[in-house]
Amino acid sequence: MSSALEAKTANGATSEPRAKVLEVANVGKRFGSLAAVTDVSLAVGRGELRAIIGPNGAGKTTFFNLISGFFPPSTGRIVFDGRDVTTMPAHRRVAIGMARTFQITEIFPELTVYENLQIGAEIAAGFRLRPWLSRAEKTAIRIRIDEIVELAGLADKVDRLVGELAHGDQRVAEIAMALTLRPRLLLLDEPAAGMGDQETYAVTRLIRDLHRGGEMAIVLIEHDMRVVFGLADRITVLDQGRLLAEGSPQEIAANAAVQQAYLGKAA
Amino acid sequence: MTGALSTRKLAVLLAIWALLASAPYWMPPLGGYTALGTRVLVLALAAMSVNFLLGFTGVLSFGHAAYFGLGAYGAGLALKFLAPSTPLALLCGMLLGGLVGAALGWVIARRRGVYFAMVTIAIGQVFYYIAFQWSSLTGGDDGLRGFSRQPIDFGLFKLDIVSNSQAFYYFVLVCFALVVAIMAFILRSPFGRTLIAIRENERRARFLGVPVERHIWIAFSLSCFFMGFAGALYALVNNFADPRGLHYSQSGDFVMMAVMGGMRNFWGPLLGAAVFVVLQDYLSSVTVNWMSGVGVLFVLIVLFFPRGLLGVVKRKVQA
Repeated sequence: MSSALEAKTANGATSEPRAKVLEVANVGKRFGSLAAVTDVSLAVGRGELRAIIGPNGAGKTTFFNLISGFFPPSTGRIVFDGRDVTTMPAHRRVAIGMARTFQITEIFPELTVYENLQIGAEIAAGFRLRPWLSRAEKTAIRIRIDEIVELAGLADKVDRLVGELAHGDQRVAEIAMALTLRPRLLLLDEPAAGMGDQETYAVTRLIRDLHRGGEMAIVLIEHDMRVVFGLADRITVLDQGRLLAEGSPQEIAANAAVQQAYLGKAA
Repeated sequence: MTGALSTRKLAVLLAIWALLASAPYWMPPLGGYTALGTRVLVLALAAMSVNFLLGFTGVLSFGHAAYFGLGAYGAGLALKFLAPSTPLALLCGMLLGGLVGAALGWVIARRRGVYFAMVTIAIGQVFYYIAFQWSSLTGGDDGLRGFSRQPIDFGLFKLDIVSNSQAFYYFVLVCFALVVAIMAFILRSPFGRTLIAIRENERRARFLGVPVERHIWIAFSLSCFFMGFAGALYALVNNFADPRGLHYSQSGDFVMMAVMGGMRNFWGPLLGAAVFVVLQDYLSSVTVNWMSGVGVLFVLIVLFFPRGLLGVVKRKVQA
């Protein structure tokens, strides 16, 4: 039923006006004797676009894995939309509005673009265990997928197998899959990884469009500084698993500690 | 795209059902006999149940014969001790295989890969030994005897599936069609798509919001119900239930049929079962080492046609 789809949106839009969608307090993650992340705190506002940067091995992806529920933190607390999700399994975090992509593209390569998006769209509409769909429900799903495909610029490739698409299109398809879930928080792990200039430009524009949409907060890890400084409202810098700095792009660019740790020892 | 069946798929479906429906007429001239066709259907149903998990959820059970065997004993015991009714026997067999599978699947579904396969073998063997040892109930090594399938009473007339092998073939075909339709229906549903998502990329499925373990458990349970039903039919075919029907080598045979026919294809296991059963029937009249012949064919197929016999046919058609 299309009302099921709309109900979800209405819920997301009318939930209490909380300023922060994500609040991470003093989280840490140890793997044996290795402290991958230590005592990191961060708060992301509704509709904010936050970039997380840091040298290789700074713990950025581990931090993402903690937020999305890939594994639980050793210490600290994670609150999403006012709910403590510290130990919540990943699939339930998805159900309450958190979606992510991966540094190494995670898609269904042997399915078409349409089928890749269909699974998420049906789950978001609450059809996960349904043995069949009515005609109206199928139509609602198709319209939703058409919308996203249009937005992501994949309209001419819906019937292609995702595994046969160019690398850049596969990365975009993965973002599109996350969008089918109607998240309030979208986590993008290096969306421009391995992309050429043209593709980077396209994905940057897509993320900017999503950000302009308003409601959805986006947190992205990225190495490409053109992407980071071109998009982010605020930037968080991690170094050796710790929070090094946080601020507006201007503040971060001017921060001496960041320059020393990350941009090189030029300053 | 998804949704409507393409005309070519429809044509293939029609051809498959026409072949199955006319089998009692074209098999004897080719040197076969109707009961052979019945065996193919029943074992194909079992192989398709295994493939529901292997080919469409992406998890390999090496102990599914246990639920097949439980289905056979369920049907046999119902006929022997409850009531002389064929539908009741089928129901009891399906429930015994399915419910036991669902209960154990709760534990099994948490394992992955090799561990999943090992746990399924181990649990399957437990049931093999129970059937083997509990002679007073199961007849032990000699198997369960002393029951026979019963005519189906439709009120107005009775369908004689006891001595009329053709009537029995069509009865089994209808049962086969029902279960296969349910399987196809499930696989084309949103739930079925989550299973394919798990097969294709478990991590992505999980981060699309699929509770992976729970869905694997549901798929496992469903396939055990199908398996129990196939086992019950098998007991009716032979009027006999054998502990070897629960043995892991029997599980291996089902996996072999699925892989030979093509596990990524819905109909692959049917072709695999047909090749397996016909080859077994022919070779066992020539040599006691018939399994070597089947084994050689299996190795050749895996080496040269990793997508199975139907995979080859499909590629030829598309080319």
